[in-house]
Amino acid sequence: MYAPAVEREIQEVVQEAIEKHGCRRDAFIPILSEINHALGHIPAEAIREVKAQINHEGNFVSQGQLYELASFYDMLSTQPRGRHVIKFCENAPCHVVGGKAIWDALRETLDLENGATTPDKKWTLVTTSCIGLCSVGPVLLVDDDMYGNVTVEQLPEILGHYE
Amino acid sequence: MKTKRAMLLVSTDPESMRLGASDLLKSLKEALEAYQLQDEVDIAEIQDIERTNILPVVVVYPEAAVYGPVKPGDARYLVEEHLYKGRIAEDLLAPPKQLTGQIGSLRAHKGYNPSEQRIVLERAGRIDPENIEDAIAHNAYEALGKVLTEMTPEQVIDVVEKSGLQGRGGAGFLTGRKWKFVSMAKSDKKYVICNADESEPGTFKDRIVLEGDPHAILEAMAIAGCAVGADEGYIYIRGEYGHAYRRLQHAIEQAEEFGFLGRNIFNTNFNFHIHLHAGAGAYVCGEETALIESIEGRRGEPRPRPPYPVTRGLWNKPTLVNNVETLANIPAILRNGAEWYRAFGTPSSPGTKVYTIMGNVNFSGVIEVPMGITLREVINIYAKGMEPGSVLKLAQTGGSSGSIIPSSLRDVPMDFESFRKAGVSLGSGALLICDQHTCIVDLVKVLLQFFRFESCGKCTPCRVGTQRSYEVMDRISKGQGKLEDLDMLQNLIAEMERASNCGLGQTATVPIRDMLRHFRTEVEAHIRLGSCPTGVCEMALTAEPVIADKE
Repeated sequence: MYAPAVEREIQEVVQEAIEKHGCRRDAFIPILSEINHALGHIPAEAIREVKAQINHEGNFVSQGQLYELASFYDMLSTQPRGRHVIKFCENAPCHVVGGKAIWDALRETLDLENGATTPDKKWTLVTTSCIGLCSVGPVLLVDDDMYGNVTVEQLPEILGHYE
Repeated sequence: MKTKRAMLLVSTDPESMRLGASDLLKSLKEALEAYQLQDEVDIAEIQDIERTNILPVVVVYPEAAVYGPVKPGDARYLVEEHLYKGRIAEDLLAPPKQLTGQIGSLRAHKGYNPSEQRIVLERAGRIDPENIEDAIAHNAYEALGKVLTEMTPEQVIDVVEKSGLQGRGGAGFLTGRKWKFVSMAKSDKKYVICNADESEPGTFKDRIVLEGDPHAILEAMAIAGCAVGADEGYIYIRGEYGHAYRRLQHAIEQAEEFGFLGRNIFNTNFNFHIHLHAGAGAYVCGEETALIESIEGRRGEPRPRPPYPVTRGLWNKPTLVNNVETLANIPAILRNGAEWYRAFGTPSSPGTKVYTIMGNVNFSGVIEVPMGITLREVINIYAKGMEPGSVLKLAQTGGSSGSIIPSSLRDVPMDFESFRKAGVSLGSGALLICDQHTCIVDLVKVLLQFFRFESCGKCTPCRVGTQRSYEVMDRISKGQGKLEDLDMLQNLIAEMERASNCGLGQTATVPIRDMLRHFRTEVEAHIRLGSCPTGVCEMALTAEPVIADKE
């Protein structure tokens, strides 16, 4: 039987992650991180696939154990996200130098609440904990790109960089 | 190796990258090729941490000319003038540092901010962190060689203990004593863990060490391994620090190649391997037992203690967990001795401390200064004063769970003992300086939003306590608070401190306690008058001021 393209892709991604990190317990979180990075989130099929592939190697893991991790760690998402994820730092250092105005403007511009995705699947807006760029706050990340000293006026230009 | 006649150091830290450093690097390489200088001139990437106002920076050796900020379009001109024609490109030179405030009795140190003293950050920004030879030229791995060939493990622990080094993760526990506990634990297998899960908001000192001088950490871990009898180490680095992760990965490969890690280090029978382990986003994993759970592939939920990691840690084996900054002190201490180290700082808190300064000040960034300087000195000297029009209202020391101190406490020396006496926690070294436009209710609400989100949920006092106290602060910020709410907060924080399983729940209460201690009138104004004195909180229109109780 010929597996649909998406499933095949998941199988490959999981296989690569396991080859890179191994099957021991301390590889579980790195494996899930790789999957999240490759697919944008961790679909249920990927969790089934990880279980299937790891348990072949004489190690044992349950889907529950994997889901427990995927749902706990902030950088892992069990829900599909938009093509671009905006992470806004909402911690105190960014807050006291004008972060709230940026956050309000972001929500208004994109018409999104925290954690939501636009109907065209372009943007997902989330808050994040401190990313250690406090000397240039307020800070936001679009995918892996960092923006510091952000002003409300700069937002259209920043968002305009992304297709 | 062919000798080069000049070297270019280009800053590529995240701030510089944001300002176009990658294009600049490309343009510089192109310009060098255009003048056929590519074989005569080396280019290295550095982390510039001193000159945040002139990034990206290009430093040209041997003249040590500092250019900045340099735009990609300036690259060709810079190469032509300085390297081809051999004269300094005056118009691109960085402006000289403006020194303001009183330098006082602190010793000035050439090249740094006024009177910084650098032990932890000694090499950061001065070497190419991607190049182990640079690090070796600046004494890297010298201490490891000394430890392995001239000292016994007992002597190593003795030096660390005598140096008086205290853990820089926030708790301030004596490092030498921790090492001794692990070395005394009987086991066939032990581990050393470097806690690089720097998630405390406002803290990025460890990132600077990891990105600027990764070999200091590798060397220190190997020394620790030799001292306590471990042959395996883990660096647990937070998932958000991708740049530092790649740098460490590269540094580990280089150290293995050079024989500083791996088997038979320095031709002795000592073996030491380091694994690099990235987290996936959880503040609580900075707690050492949660961190261990996370390495073991579980949720980062702290374990009940005792047993402590020193007897039962990773994979149930005795484990030494040290913070990045703590470890970065180790090689210098062993190179120079305990006496040398005690010359810095105060008798009860020797050494230096790396602080991150931010908020409503003129300069935000990283400084390394002796323990015991005051907040006033930090603001006036290192932060170059408050922003124009700003007056210091409060400062939060040590990240989210740090103390909020009013301006009246700005002359307390910042060391573990003095702060403890004043009822203040030094924490991770983050200094958030806030001016008169900061509303205490709004600030504490933001902090509690953080804690209720980051509480791992394992124990009830923390899970429910952070949520309930956030709700109270939210009500107060909307003008719907009641005076009884403040009593409820008092009771809540007492229970959270008493009954929470780990430091997260126990210290999430610190900002609330300080708010009630130092800023009660401002909080009561929100409740009694239904208005925010600083005009920050958006009061709900329907709010009925409590004071107007109908008679």
